[in-house]
Amino acid sequence: MLNGNRTFSDVQAEHTYVAFVEDKPGVLNRVASLFRRRGFNIESLTVGHTEQAGVSRMTIVTKVDEYTARRVEAELYKLVNVLSVEEVTATPSVMRDLALIKVRADGEARTQALQICDVFRARVVDVAPDALIVEITGTEEKIEGLLDVLTPFGIIEVARTGRVAMRRGVQPTTYSPEFVHARIPEDSAV
Amino acid sequence: MQRTGAQIVWEVLTQEGVEVVFGYPGGAILPVYNAMLDYGVRHVLVRHEQGAAHMADGFARASGRVGVAMATSGPGATNLVTGIATAMMDSSPIVCITGQVNAPFIGSDAFQETDVTGVTLPITKHNYLVTHTEDIAPTLREAFYIAASGRPGPVLVDITKDAQVGKTEYAPSNEPIRLRGYRPDLRALPEEFERALELIAKSERPLILAGHGVLMSGASQELLDFVEKAHIPVAVTLLGIGGIPASHPLNLGMMGMHGEAWVNTAIQEADLLLALGMRFDDRVTGNLKTYAVNARKIHVEIDPSEINKNVRVDVGIVGDLRETLRTFLAGTPPLEHAAWLEHINDLKGDSAVRDIQNLPDSGHLYAAHVIHDLWRYTGGEALVVTDVGQHQMWEAQYYRHERPRKLITSGGLGTMGFALPAAIGARFAKPDEEIWAIVGDGGFQMTQAELSTCVQEDLKLNIAIINNGFLGMVRQWQEFFYERRYAATPLVSPDFVKLAEAHGLTGMHVDQREQVAEAVEFARSSPRTVVIDFRVEQEDSVYPMVPAGADLHAMIRRPSPIVETAEDV
Repeated sequence: MLNGNRTFSDVQAEHTYVAFVEDKPGVLNRVASLFRRRGFNIESLTVGHTEQAGVSRMTIVTKVDEYTARRVEAELYKLVNVLSVEEVTATPSVMRDLALIKVRADGEARTQALQICDVFRARVVDVAPDALIVEITGTEEKIEGLLDVLTPFGIIEVARTGRVAMRRGVQPTTYSPEFVHARIPEDSAV
Repeated sequence: MQRTGAQIVWEVLTQEGVEVVFGYPGGAILPVYNAMLDYGVRHVLVRHEQGAAHMADGFARASGRVGVAMATSGPGATNLVTGIATAMMDSSPIVCITGQVNAPFIGSDAFQETDVTGVTLPITKHNYLVTHTEDIAPTLREAFYIAASGRPGPVLVDITKDAQVGKTEYAPSNEPIRLRGYRPDLRALPEEFERALELIAKSERPLILAGHGVLMSGASQELLDFVEKAHIPVAVTLLGIGGIPASHPLNLGMMGMHGEAWVNTAIQEADLLLALGMRFDDRVTGNLKTYAVNARKIHVEIDPSEINKNVRVDVGIVGDLRETLRTFLAGTPPLEHAAWLEHINDLKGDSAVRDIQNLPDSGHLYAAHVIHDLWRYTGGEALVVTDVGQHQMWEAQYYRHERPRKLITSGGLGTMGFALPAAIGARFAKPDEEIWAIVGDGGFQMTQAELSTCVQEDLKLNIAIINNGFLGMVRQWQEFFYERRYAATPLVSPDFVKLAEAHGLTGMHVDQREQVAEAVEFARSSPRTVVIDFRVEQEDSVYPMVPAGADLHAMIRRPSPIVETAEDV
């Protein structure tokens, strides 16, 4: 729980938010516009459907200090189409990025590339005479690691999804009613 | 019963208690205007849509209710933008209804098509594009609810022409509005109240910073009760003026860039700042690095995103100010801060009496004279609407408001041209009050076309033009910070008396102080709108002044005696 007694760090660091938003036209624009207008830099933003009809899930990564991180959350809540926001940076959670990497690989190089992919638990999803498409899922660090070792082979192109995040354990990633020094009154209907 | 979308617009407006709409017709909103004639809502035809938004805003600020503006698509909608941004910055509840091209044409660059929901996205609290007739009623009801609740603000509803023309079943609804993602009713945690009360009890030099939130939540009485019990002096923001009576001994007056020196010094010396419904705008803090470094800070705000935005606070309390002050009142024993108040009184010194009385009465007319006299002759009871610039600051300094919602001014956005249309809007909220629009010669010319609206609607206003032949505040900055290089600030105006006469109104020139009383009395007694052109000192400046970004205590002080203009020296 966050309260006013805490002092926050001035150091800029990555913060990850999971936001549930109404699946309506223009909602992505509202969220992106908010980040642009307030000068919060988006490192990554992903959107997709959820298990609930009419609700989309966004994972947003931004690099800000802790004071600004509180504000990002509060500003997101101000958007009428945003149903809930949870910052999962400090919560035990699984964070994953997916990348498709097209790498040059013929002859000897192909065997070496395949071995490397095996070590990284990456899957080969397309094979051409002189190239491979490799699919890898993992943290950004893991993907960066694979990219580093594949670079000498010749990377032709990379497509990445950006980060998705989910809280560990049985509790769903959902709204945290206590946010930024505030709570939702008990007598109010949800 | 079957209704067209256009009829449903008026059905919902009527149900929401709307009695007046400020607007301008055009192609894409024609069905709504056609239906208007069958409903009892008064429509005020403006001369430019910016005026419609300011009128809705003035109406909202004077009444505490939602103001409504209406315009067509494209240029009609884009002309609203300045007025919407003004309402957004000052948290004023307005609903703007715009027509949009037929839904199938959206995106085709059709005649008078503008993506107005895109354009207004960052300057509205929320906005809607409605393309189906059956969505009109629920959307408009949501719009009124969102505009007025929580931290109020402007909501725009863009309705396609085919949705206006279409028919659907309509029955009035009284169902409470449920929006899953909208929480206007947040409250602080009990331990945060405890911590705030602890800081209040321990403080030896506390100071309250009272803002617009006092007026918006109707917390004036609660503020007074708390202030008297806890014996805490109050400084007000520009938009907080009237939240506590000007004559109250604990009211120090306005803070910030043009606040009095002792008020800003008190802020810098305080050991506790209790910020109530204000947002630490740069115009009230000056340099944030040196702002109130001695003070612990408690911030009470209905909008959580304001807390720790500009100034980092020790306790943030989210919630309605009126409720919060009741909790503070109950949790605070009677306190006493005699030494602190005595110290502030010493800071004040003679500067409090130096102002008006000491202006040289050399036959020249000073704006401060005019405003001081206006205050005297109206008994301090008029509803004053000001524009933006020097006259706005002089009004804030010299017109002493005793009650809330008696000063309407564009604070956050600083929109020139605001005063006349906002005064027209206020007239509809307060049909029986004495209203003065105080406006500079520059700002008046931005929206002077609305004089015609005044005439067409047969409205009574008193318009005081503080005419110094310059864009005065910009000229002042050029004098102080740009070596008196008056780039583009000398201003030629029409003869405002003849302009009034061209509208069938009375106009008067005043350039001597002894003429002020007569002119003001004439305007007050006239049943029609009167325009007074006060020709004041050209190069007078507003003192004191904290230069933008400077430390709050580093003020340019009011010269004593007042410096005459270059011409006199």
